[in-house]
Amino acid sequence: MKKVKVVHYINQFFAGIGGEEKANITPELREGIVGPGMALKAALGENAEIVATIICGDSYFNENLEKATNEIIDMVKSLEVDMFIAGPAFNAGRYGTACGSICKSVQETLNIPVLTGMYIENPGADLYKKDIYILSTTNNAAGMRKAVPAMAKFALKLMNNEEIGSPEDEGYLERGIRVNYFNEKNGAERAIDMLIKKLKGEPFKTEYPMPVFDNVTPGEAIIDLSNAKIALVTSGGIVPKGNPDRIESSSASKYGKYSIEGINDLTEDAYETAHGGYDPCYANQDADRVLPVDVLRDLESEGMIGSLHNYFYSTVGNGTSVKNSKAYSRSIAKELHSDGVDAVILTST
Amino acid sequence: MVKGIEETGIPVVHVCTVVPISLTVGANRIIPAVAIPHPFGDSALDADEEKKLRRSIIEKALNALTVDITDQTVFED
Repeated sequence: MKKVKVVHYINQFFAGIGGEEKANITPELREGIVGPGMALKAALGENAEIVATIICGDSYFNENLEKATNEIIDMVKSLEVDMFIAGPAFNAGRYGTACGSICKSVQETLNIPVLTGMYIENPGADLYKKDIYILSTTNNAAGMRKAVPAMAKFALKLMNNEEIGSPEDEGYLERGIRVNYFNEKNGAERAIDMLIKKLKGEPFKTEYPMPVFDNVTPGEAIIDLSNAKIALVTSGGIVPKGNPDRIESSSASKYGKYSIEGINDLTEDAYETAHGGYDPCYANQDADRVLPVDVLRDLESEGMIGSLHNYFYSTVGNGTSVKNSKAYSRSIAKELHSDGVDAVILTST
Repeated sequence: MVKGIEETGIPVVHVCTVVPISLTVGANRIIPAVAIPHPFGDSALDADEEKKLRRSIIEKALNALTVDITDQTVFED
């Protein structure tokens, strides 16, 4: 049997090139395997070969979506491979969106099977799970040893055109595709079974889950900015120098509330970022680049806005769970209401 | 975070670089920013130019807060 040729996509971190300070590197094509490709090669076994690895910085990809995609597609095309595997990205947001986006583009333009893996809360999952197969992984790279063999097994199935089972059986994120199958019991019987279970208070599983729409209604527009009190909230991790509340650089377990009364500019000696998911040098040099206090103070004194709220709220949006973020925002919103804040500028990195 | 605050009735404008993430998370008013590590700045510019750039993004964000919307809206230039 002919060996199937695979190309593997990873970011600068997993390639061992560097962390956030290298997140801007442009796509690079290397022969053979790099980083997690070693484990992937072992798991793929005899029938497939990783002929090359494409490495791209997470920030570069996300900030130059079209250009990066075209560059990478050209590389994949030149390799004439049979399959494209990206990641796994776990809960790394930009890596996940890059993996999902490039898989989708490769599938569409080159028409070869693609596969990636990530944690269900990764923003890349919601964005691309309908377009491509995304294997469900844990939220951090400690799950690599489990994720890679699962991805390899699934990849081999895709390469061999084998029948793909349900998301539950195969471990991929639900794509919203319905598949016909024969059940011993007809629909009426199954519905009655479910109803009986429901009446007994026993767990049952619907065969037709309703989509979850959790969008919120846009807040009403501000009529008169010159009378409005504006508050700043950020997931970019801006904190007073020394990070007094010790907000974690990833998976933050808290948020901070800091007074900016009388402060017209966030200076290098007084503010910094606690965020571990982007290159901190720009924010540490001048935190206004993430939390624009200086300009808002100017606009306040010019009368364009009524006032800037004298406290800002900050957390680190790096692998922070949706559950925690919801809890933070609820308690922040409560305070903003009692402080008479009219609108919020929320900044993210 | 955006949704958690906005669902209590306070309008929120989300300024961020990776707009697709903001859209999928469900922000309603979205302003594209400069770059991931410095959404409101650019160290390649001199201080005055950089502050002008920052101001232009904030003015866009404030303007977005004054616009009535019913659906997710990305306020481009």
